[in-house]
Amino acid sequence: MKLNKNVNQKNSIFKNWLVILVAILFIILPFIINAYWVDVLFFFGVYALLGLSLNIVLGEVGLFDLGHMGFMAIGAYTTAILNTTFGIPIIILLPVSAISAGAFAWLVCSPIIHLRGDYLCIVTIGMGEIVRLTLNNNPFGITGGSNGVYGIDFPSFGSIFVVDNSTKFYYYIWLIVGLTIIGLVNLQRSRIGRAWNCIREDEIAAESTGIDVRYYKLLAFVLGAGLAGVAGNIYASKLMIVSPESFSFMESCMLFCIVLIGGMGSIPGVLIGAAAISLFPEVFRAFAQYRMLIFGVAMVIMMIFRPGGIWPRKRGAFEFKPLLMKAGEENG
Amino acid sequence: MKIILEQLLNGLTIGSFYALIALGYSMVYGVMKLINFAHGDLFALGSYLGFTLLVSGSAYATVTFGIWGGMIAAMLIAAIGIGIAGTLIERIAYRPIYPAGRLPAVVSALGASIVIQNGIMVIWGPRPQAYSSQVVPSVILNIGGIKITLMQIVVLIISFILMGLLFYIIQKTTFGAAIRACALDRDTAALMGINIETIIFFIFALGPALGGMAGVMVGMYYRKISFTMGWNYGLKAFTATILGGIGNIPGAMIGGLLLGILEMLGSVYISTAYKDVFVFIILILVLIFRPTGLLGEKIAEKV
Repeated sequence: MKLNKNVNQKNSIFKNWLVILVAILFIILPFIINAYWVDVLFFFGVYALLGLSLNIVLGEVGLFDLGHMGFMAIGAYTTAILNTTFGIPIIILLPVSAISAGAFAWLVCSPIIHLRGDYLCIVTIGMGEIVRLTLNNNPFGITGGSNGVYGIDFPSFGSIFVVDNSTKFYYYIWLIVGLTIIGLVNLQRSRIGRAWNCIREDEIAAESTGIDVRYYKLLAFVLGAGLAGVAGNIYASKLMIVSPESFSFMESCMLFCIVLIGGMGSIPGVLIGAAAISLFPEVFRAFAQYRMLIFGVAMVIMMIFRPGGIWPRKRGAFEFKPLLMKAGEENG
Repeated sequence: MKIILEQLLNGLTIGSFYALIALGYSMVYGVMKLINFAHGDLFALGSYLGFTLLVSGSAYATVTFGIWGGMIAAMLIAAIGIGIAGTLIERIAYRPIYPAGRLPAVVSALGASIVIQNGIMVIWGPRPQAYSSQVVPSVILNIGGIKITLMQIVVLIISFILMGLLFYIIQKTTFGAAIRACALDRDTAALMGINIETIIFFIFALGPALGGMAGVMVGMYYRKISFTMGWNYGLKAFTATILGGIGNIPGAMIGGLLLGILEMLGSVYISTAYKDVFVFIILILVLIFRPTGLLGEKIAEKV
């Protein structure tokens, strides 16, 4: 037991230093760069949050979800409609949009959760497309059709503090990303996280050890969708407008790439993947129309040289070694 | 009654495009267990290749071979060109990644798809192009009160010939048996003396070749083509593949035709705006009750 603790401490100290360094860098960054890049980093944050939310479904449990933008759309439109129609403050709508996206996920995923691999993939694509097309068709005149809903308020804490410029939005999103990461790291180490990974590695083995596969899969979808709903809320309040084009199939594919470029189930990996997807087109803006061409080539090359992602997760290596050492100690 | 028949014919035409594209998805998936996301864009590339041959560049194919000969020539050249493009993509983007499993190949396929799509945009420009009526005759026939365009008949005949040909190759020839064997179990097939390399080469040439021909036909039928159309058709065709049961050749054909007809009926009897919603709801319902598609076989899980 002693040994186990020591190893863990060593690991956590090193990690803490790295985390603190990165955190400090993120805090001072807005004072160094101009407003345009602060905005770029804001969208990096949104992609990071979305990547983290998809990482629960795809990375932790290994469920193919290519319609994740649909959940974000539900969150964003919940915020937009309730705010513009009833004037409910954005900050109260933050949990509301999370719950509505989660509830939507529960509703649509319950009947299809038993589907495997590619069949689940196409159903999630279909679900995402149904959401987008329905929003586009302006049902009951509440979603504003292809124009979307506009005139959404800024998030405000009473009248004391209003998040109304790029820098404040930057801190706002990264605060939420930070809190999410803390929550997810704990989740990864919990019983739920282990059950998820077990399902990803071998579903039948998981079921035979008493893991309620259906329940944990649904839980992953609901949690992932809830986080995407949060991202939708922040996105809507930043842009002050939501329209169906923002939630296209292409965007869902990009989220898929964020998780796979970073490394499945790896939180630092997701951040790197989100950085790659959101910063790459900005950095290569000078190439104008060749930009996306280069982007595609980079994706292919990336996968050829690092198929496991940039920062793959090494769960087995660092968590089971101490246990093995302990076992050896007892025997010898 | 007339409206129903006309719409059924329209649906069948669109469905045959979906079916031709879906065959490419299904064949590749059957053997490689890989969703070739670049397939839809290869289809669009075929459409643009046909455009170059038939319209721009002083209508080279039409001038040389006449209107009908030009169309056939354009389709054949597009088939060859896209077949080569398909095998090239397999060599460059997929082959190095096979050992790493299925998921990295998805990202690579998406990357290839973005490359082709933006390549088309760079070469042919971002604006939609049109197949002009000088190279594609627009004749409307009236058969017993049912209006049908000449192009529609041509498209239907050609696509059914192509589907029949593929069905024959896959189901009746030795080579087709080899492909089916690979789809069942690649390792055992290799042990039985089947050259896997050849099979992979052919499915990556044959599938996109069919897609390329479908691309030229879509151009001739709708006249308007755009560089983003690969995604729309690709998504529909992929839906059709799953509807019929992925990896199953007759399933892809039936799924495609069914999807086209459903889409048309949906747009006539429900609403044009909601036709795709209708299609996806039907797909989800089918998968809830038949989790492996209409013709898909139940795969026993290995423990």
